[in-house]
Amino acid sequence: MSDNPQILAELLPQLGEGILVTLELTVGGALLALVVAFTLGLASRARTRWARVPSRIVVEFFRGTSLVVQIFWMYYVLPLPPFYVELDPLACGIVALGLNYGAYASEVVRGSINSVPRGQWEAATALDLGPVHRLRRVIMPQAWPLMMPMFTNLLIQLVKGSALAAYISLHDLNFFIGELRQRSSETVFSYTVGLLLYFAVAYLLTLVMNAIEVRAKHRIGAGPSLREVLRLAPPASATAASVAPPPAAVPAAKGGAQDD
Amino acid sequence: MPETATTPAIQFQGVGKRFGDNVVLDGLDFSVAAGDRVTLIGPSGSGKTTILRLLMTLEEANDGLILVDGQPYTHEIRGGKRVAIPEKRRSLVRRRVGMVFQQFNLFPNMTVLENIIEAPIHVLGVPRAEAVATAEDLLDKVGLADKRDARTTQLSGGQQQRVAIARALAMEPEILLLDEVTSALDPELVADVLAVLRNIAETTDITMLIVTHEMQFAREVSNRVLMFDGGKIIEEAHPEEIFTSPKNERTQEFLRAVL
Repeated sequence: MSDNPQILAELLPQLGEGILVTLELTVGGALLALVVAFTLGLASRARTRWARVPSRIVVEFFRGTSLVVQIFWMYYVLPLPPFYVELDPLACGIVALGLNYGAYASEVVRGSINSVPRGQWEAATALDLGPVHRLRRVIMPQAWPLMMPMFTNLLIQLVKGSALAAYISLHDLNFFIGELRQRSSETVFSYTVGLLLYFAVAYLLTLVMNAIEVRAKHRIGAGPSLREVLRLAPPASATAASVAPPPAAVPAAKGGAQDD
Repeated sequence: MPETATTPAIQFQGVGKRFGDNVVLDGLDFSVAAGDRVTLIGPSGSGKTTILRLLMTLEEANDGLILVDGQPYTHEIRGGKRVAIPEKRRSLVRRRVGMVFQQFNLFPNMTVLENIIEAPIHVLGVPRAEAVATAEDLLDKVGLADKRDARTTQLSGGQQQRVAIARALAMEPEILLLDEVTSALDPELVADVLAVLRNIAETTDITMLIVTHEMQFAREVSNRVLMFDGGKIIEEAHPEEIFTSPKNERTQEFLRAVL
């Protein structure tokens, strides 16, 4: 037992690598998921069926199938005929995480855009702002803060989902925990350290996301600025808070994590 | 104003609008001369607001034609058929029509000034400096010069509505649609907004279509009142006439209820 801290110290380089890989998977997966989410989310609102139907199919498919199976499929099936696509394990992990969580997040994008009051669309139309301009300058800046709490949720789930990467030969945090257990022969110690490590990564990301959310809300005149929050200064006025969009305005994406 | 031979600013020709089974407008014909200030009155659900929304292309008519300056706006007759006019052409007419909404609908992600200059710069291509100067003039006109850089969420309802009016005017519209612009305001804030509108009516020749419950305002500003019921115009007269001696029985009833 007393050797444990020493073993941990010896494994520090591996721990560093593990955290790095987990962060690579998380950041890469999240960025891809963001692109996928906006692409599918916007397509699902399109007027033409040619954009809407494929988007629905992709969303339902990636939401409805297990992340583990998706990752294994990309790793073990894609290199086989008739595909012959060999992705390196990191790319596999990022693509699987990006598509899976992107599908969930696209529902967040769609729901948040739909939650922007109709009057905003109408006022933009009355000023003859074109559809793209209207979306970019009027609707998105208001939909974005609505998306943030749910994006934070999904990002945390994505971090945990990334643990599956250890099963396709990636040396991520999960892999490191296994290594620690082997070297120390201490199951309780290893997995407890594992819990704490994942928690630390997830919490760090939560803090970053909360900062982004505060900033996004402040930019639509709802809530204090980030500077005010960090200083823990009292809010400048109560009037701004009264227009904060109701947190329940966005319909929740179906289901939760599926890091099964 | 008597009808003249000049082209009307707005013409509705047999316009019909249904929401499901609910017929809101049924073969509506009317026209508005350039520079006219027309108030639409009538019980709720009589189709007044729908007329404004059709003119703003927020709704699509099921039948008939809407013409602005004699030009088909949303639909035209081609080869004996009623066909939709493509968005590009609609847009050219739409930018000459402005609208002020009951709920203000200012963009909360922009400051007061940004709300006003957004469309002139990006839709009309006005140089930024010029758009800012115009916006500042307009803010001065609506009594909010000091709120130039304020967040819209920090303004009272009356102030927001005055910014919304300035925003609509910044597009230099030929037609201005006012949709119950004081209905969402606290009573003590109504006067300021009406004063601004009265001033616009006196100092410009913008054609105005007004839906309001402020009968005194309608009387002062408009030169024509159309009484709607069941999607049809049932009486039309000069405000003095219709408010003092309405002829139609439904008009009498309605005015007795609201005055």
